[in-house]
Amino acid sequence: MIELRQVSKTFPNGTVGLKDINLNIQTGEFVVIVGLSGAGKSTLLRSINRLSDVTSGDIQIDGQSITSASGSKLRSIRRNIGMIFQSFNLIKRTTVLNNVLSGRVGYHSTLRTLFGSFPKRDVEIALTALERVNIREKAYIRADQLSGGQQQRVSIARALAQEATIILADEPVASLDPLTTRQVMDDLQRINRELNITTIVNLHFIDLARDYATRIIGLRAGEVVFDGSVHEATDEKLAEIYGRPVKADELLDSSRDMQGVGVV
Amino acid sequence: MKSDTNLADSTPIPSISPSSNYLITNGLGNTKRSKRIATWMLFIVIIVVCSIYIDVTPYQLFVGLPEMGVLLKEMFPPDWSYLPTIWAPMLQTIKIAVAGTILGAIPAIPAALFSANNITPNKWLSLPIRTLLNLVRTVPDLLFAAIFVAVFGIGPFAGMLALLFFSFGIIAKLTYESLEAIDPGPLEAMTAVGANRIQIIVFGVIPQALPAFISYLLYTFEINIRAATVLGFVGAGGIGLLLNQSLGLFRYDRAATIIILTLAVVLIIDYTSTSIRRKLL
Amino acid sequence: MNNNNHLSSSSLTIRLRNLRKWMIALFILVIFIWSMLGLDYQGFQSTSKVVSLSILKGFMHPDWAYVYLPEGEDLLRELLETLVISILGTFVSAILCIPFAFWAAANMSRLRLFPGMGKFTLSVIRVFPEMIVAILFIKAVGPGSFAGVLALGVHSIGMLAKLFSETIEGIDPGPQEALIACGATRLQTIRFAVIPQVIPQFLSYSLYRFEINIRSATTLGLVGAGGIGTPLIFALQVRNWNRVGVILLGIVLLVVVTDFISSRLRRRII
Repeated sequence: MIELRQVSKTFPNGTVGLKDINLNIQTGEFVVIVGLSGAGKSTLLRSINRLSDVTSGDIQIDGQSITSASGSKLRSIRRNIGMIFQSFNLIKRTTVLNNVLSGRVGYHSTLRTLFGSFPKRDVEIALTALERVNIREKAYIRADQLSGGQQQRVSIARALAQEATIILADEPVASLDPLTTRQVMDDLQRINRELNITTIVNLHFIDLARDYATRIIGLRAGEVVFDGSVHEATDEKLAEIYGRPVKADELLDSSRDMQGVGVV
Repeated sequence: MKSDTNLADSTPIPSISPSSNYLITNGLGNTKRSKRIATWMLFIVIIVVCSIYIDVTPYQLFVGLPEMGVLLKEMFPPDWSYLPTIWAPMLQTIKIAVAGTILGAIPAIPAALFSANNITPNKWLSLPIRTLLNLVRTVPDLLFAAIFVAVFGIGPFAGMLALLFFSFGIIAKLTYESLEAIDPGPLEAMTAVGANRIQIIVFGVIPQALPAFISYLLYTFEINIRAATVLGFVGAGGIGLLLNQSLGLFRYDRAATIIILTLAVVLIIDYTSTSIRRKLL
Repeated sequence: MNNNNHLSSSSLTIRLRNLRKWMIALFILVIFIWSMLGLDYQGFQSTSKVVSLSILKGFMHPDWAYVYLPEGEDLLRELLETLVISILGTFVSAILCIPFAFWAAANMSRLRLFPGMGKFTLSVIRVFPEMIVAILFIKAVGPGSFAGVLALGVHSIGMLAKLFSETIEGIDPGPQEALIACGATRLQTIRFAVIPQVIPQFLSYSLYRFEINIRSATTLGLVGAGGIGTPLIFALQVRNWNRVGVILLGIVLLVVVTDFISSRLRRRII
């Protein structure tokens, strides 16, 4: 469970990133955060695993405060939170397997991992994670030789290898084409359902949010302006979040027939 | 709510037989991995063999380090009263570097023009000159100095000649590379209005290449000033002679004065030269 | 009228610029004359012609017997020693400069002062002429190849660590963020997100420095730091031009061959 209590964030230049956010996210939820760019989606996500620090308030992960943790405590909380980035953030020059294994470093002492050797069990965990996203056969290929969609799956596998209970995905499909977008979102959804991993995704596309989310949170200027189920997120409500009617470029596809192709 | 989800033990996707698949892919990964390990092993073996061959081992370093400390202790405090004596040789060092650089830069201009393929399309002319330049650059400046001392006798002239050859090699090489990179547009325009080859070079090539040329000249000067400080070790003039003498007489305090002055001069020249070069390019 | 005015002012700036050009040229000329005056050139000495001729003759007939002598101390072994000195010197500096490179890289620490200090330290190291470093090491640990290795190892740090730190500053920060998000420690982040990105460039720069070091190693012996320079200075002192010829030939070959191999390797790495 993730709890945010009166979380605020002001950047050093005075810009308000987050304003008095209060949220409870239950285990196994698939939450999609929507909002205009600059509304604070990224900041919110990145403050959950403290890639960026909040100015005030408290964030608790499974009852442990990450905002006050430091050192090994902080690292062990982070170990349970997988993160997926828009630009994949893979180590391009090394193999897919090594990238996935890098998700395991939090479980071992620094000294042991410095030589780059992982226990056999870790390799098995990594390969199983790759199997879950259907790219096990790419394990020994260099990461930069994969397509964008495949690279994003590697980073999902990395989060799985972490044996994380929470996955944060910051615009995971923004640099992908519509077809692979669906595939990656399907992967995230399947993992969420099969492994009961709490998943929080920032999305630009409203229709994707409606298709995959169990709960939608709308942000506007750093404040939560909507928090409800998919059924409650009507066009009128979304227009409120965006401060204007939803535009065509905020929809992945206006016709739904793409979806059938997407699930392969 | 710590999760106990263990992916290794969690149900694998049944359609693929995990064990066989694992073996295949793992085998493939192993060959790559073992190749890389073999490369690194070879590298380590080379280093170890090298260090045994010339008897350079970490043990020697362990023994040698305290002696480094002893030397440093003897160098301080430096003998500042020596400063007036070394002033004139220091100036001579600078003079050697200046004269060597400029005199080397002059023949470098035609050499660069003749080696650039876009200005001298004749391969029979450019290829021998390029080969000569490459040969000149393989010989280090101090070797030139040692040879010229033998020919012309001990003194700064031999040192200047050594730097002349060395500068010629570097400046000509760098300049012809930047000549080949100049914009061909103005040259074509001049050919179109009927300019001859010399006119094209004077009005089309030189204005484009001049800033780069001066920048290389200064860069070579920075190298030469460092080289000039040690020319004296082979008898080719400059401050190096006094440094050699002071070290030979175990006057490390004097040597320290010389080294500190040298560093100051190099630092000032480096700083000035780099800031001019930054303005040029 | 207006147009005319504009024209004259632009011709003034051109004239000023020309004046500045002439001033710079004059300045260079003055410095040049000043420097030439100090070189007390005594003209070709009476012996110069004879010496030049005997040098040429010596170069025409290199002392081939020196290439290999059964009892050792021959050209091949001295060249090998030179090669080994530069390999070890490059290796030592490539290892030593890694901490310096991380110290000087601006994206490896939050403070601004810390990498600034590192950059300053590196430029101080670069100011030291290589031969002076070699001479100091000879005084400290005695003449021989050990002093040569140390000199190359320490001197190369200045350039190599600068290039390394620039490589570190140019890496993609994304993977580091991903590792931090996985709960990695600082060292683990460097090991998995930084090192793989910089290793090929590090190797390439080290090879490049090796090419420079092989040239330096040939002269280290002139001051007593081992390698081919030592027999060369002896041969020069006794004016054994046939031997000088064969040694120079050996040096040129060594440099050309190692340059060739090293640049091929560099192309394969990147």
